[in-house]
Amino acid sequence: MIWLTWRQFRGSAAMMATLLVVLVATLAATGPNLASGYSAGIAACTRDSTCDRFYDRFFDDYQLPFLAVSLIVLLLPALVGLFWGAPMITRELEAGTHLLVWNQSVTRGRWLAVKLGLTGLTAMAAACLCGLAVTWWSDPLDKSAVPDLALMAPLVFGARGIAPMGYAAFAFVLGVTVGMLVRRTLAAMALTLALFAVIQIAMPLLVRPHLMPPVTATFELGKANTDHIGINRDDTTAVHIGLNTAIPGQTGAWVLASELVDPSGRTIAGSDADGPVRISTTSGPCAPAGPTGPGMDGCLVEINRLGYRQQATYHPLDRFWPFQWIETGIYALLTAGLTWFSFWWIRRRLS
Amino acid sequence: MTAVLEAQGLGKRYGKHWALRECTVDIPAGHVVGLVGPNGAGKTTLLKLASGQLEPTAGGIAVLGGRPVSGRAQLAKVGFVAQDTPVYAGLSVAEHLRLGARLNPRWDAAMARERVARLGLVPTQRAGKLSGGQRAQLALTLGLAKRPELLILDEPVASLDPLARREFMQGLMEATVEHEFSVVLSSHLVSDLERVCDFLIVLVDSRVQIAGETDRLLSTHHRLTGPRRDPDRLPADQHVVSASHTDRQSTYVVRTDAPIHDPAWTVTHLSLEDLVLAYMEKHVADTRRAALEVRR
Repeated sequence: MIWLTWRQFRGSAAMMATLLVVLVATLAATGPNLASGYSAGIAACTRDSTCDRFYDRFFDDYQLPFLAVSLIVLLLPALVGLFWGAPMITRELEAGTHLLVWNQSVTRGRWLAVKLGLTGLTAMAAACLCGLAVTWWSDPLDKSAVPDLALMAPLVFGARGIAPMGYAAFAFVLGVTVGMLVRRTLAAMALTLALFAVIQIAMPLLVRPHLMPPVTATFELGKANTDHIGINRDDTTAVHIGLNTAIPGQTGAWVLASELVDPSGRTIAGSDADGPVRISTTSGPCAPAGPTGPGMDGCLVEINRLGYRQQATYHPLDRFWPFQWIETGIYALLTAGLTWFSFWWIRRRLS
Repeated sequence: MTAVLEAQGLGKRYGKHWALRECTVDIPAGHVVGLVGPNGAGKTTLLKLASGQLEPTAGGIAVLGGRPVSGRAQLAKVGFVAQDTPVYAGLSVAEHLRLGARLNPRWDAAMARERVARLGLVPTQRAGKLSGGQRAQLALTLGLAKRPELLILDEPVASLDPLARREFMQGLMEATVEHEFSVVLSSHLVSDLERVCDFLIVLVDSRVQIAGETDRLLSTHHRLTGPRRDPDRLPADQHVVSASHTDRQSTYVVRTDAPIHDPAWTVTHLSLEDLVLAYMEKHVADTRRAALEVRR
């Protein structure tokens, strides 16, 4: 049975192996350069404390390959489900060969076990290798990424660590199960892709934020978390503060909400809106030509002194690995459930 | 000796439609059984139930004394060659034999090799490139080399040309003589089965019409031709299978164990094909009568 499975699978396995070798070789060739460039840049920028600018420049330089490798890791599980999972049983059903193979002296349960085991483990190994290689390669970039593409950001999180392994296992078994139910290769592939995409979108939106209770804390306003300060010439009694989704001292955190609160703790602006802060713009530190000069640093100091704060709900960066394990576990459970169902179905219902 | 196939009130339903119902047959071992009936009569359903591809909706079935697909041992005892004789298009002939060797504990490698060589199949050729007849022979080889106690073949020759049909049947017959095993074989053409079967099951519209040894069926069925007569006036032990009348003449096909002495009848023997056709006609006549009664 192992021989037959391997004989049927070896073409796909060889193709996957080739792709992985190319990917890993490329990453291995460029990775050390990237890392040394990063450490050299850090050494240079800490001397004159221009590291923010270095981060931006460094990340900008490598943004394209960064996005490309992340996309590969995100797509790999879907492709596994599409091309390995969905056709596994539909191909046999369409050619009628299930009648040939299920009438040898091998039970359907054992047939499915070997098929699922060999192909599924290969898919998991490929996704795991791919995920870890990309995690290693992009480490300098993850440290310098803009907040929207930081390590914990929804898109990047799924392309790092061990989670891709869980995704691949799940996508594969999902494809097999859908194939059993739909019985047609093309329809099964389309449905597998649609279901997997929905689940992959629902996970970061609905489930992942609640894997652990998020931290809520208030932070002083500063350069890191203030996007802009707006002064309206017609309304001289307020400045408008727009916050971004960064938190001072929590680089790489996954910020779920970032709100501006007034001294009494009342929210005056959500994540995307500007909040009015009652302060004179004709005189004092927030006047465009005030005593502190044209810069707005003094204005922020004054606003902080009045008690305005950023209230942020977030998951700190050190939860990256716990989240990876929990999410992989969730997908492992889903995979186990679908596997159980497919065994039940192939014994009871499929003919 | 246990029965090869024993069905008690066996039925299979798809939704509202019964593909097979109230099937009760008992096939003793050592026969080549022909399962014959028109397309869609339920032949494939019965064979799939016997090989465990399907689970019955009603009744029970035992194959070689065991429940179909109750495990490896049962699977090893029953060979199955499916309709259109599917094989893996991407695998070569030799790889098919290797598949058989890997998946069957009682695999007869020498027999498989010898058969493939005798048929002139090239071991390195992909099965997808074989002709229909060669593909059927390869599938049969897989079924035979498994060395089953019962080999089930579902319309194995349906898509073959006459020459390939004869070669296939000949190969099957030689194998049954050489290695003793039972065969159940379905076809919608009696001519395919006539020369090889010694046991016949006629299946029409999801019901078994008659089952028995071919010789016995032929000796108990007669065609009676004579002056016009109503079926009520036939002796009670003569069961009418089919009847046709002209103004002055009646022709009956009857089943009876007793000899026919009535001098008014001209008695002729039936060929197997006539017998099967009589049962198919009987069914058509029955349904027509039922429809008329409903209308009345």
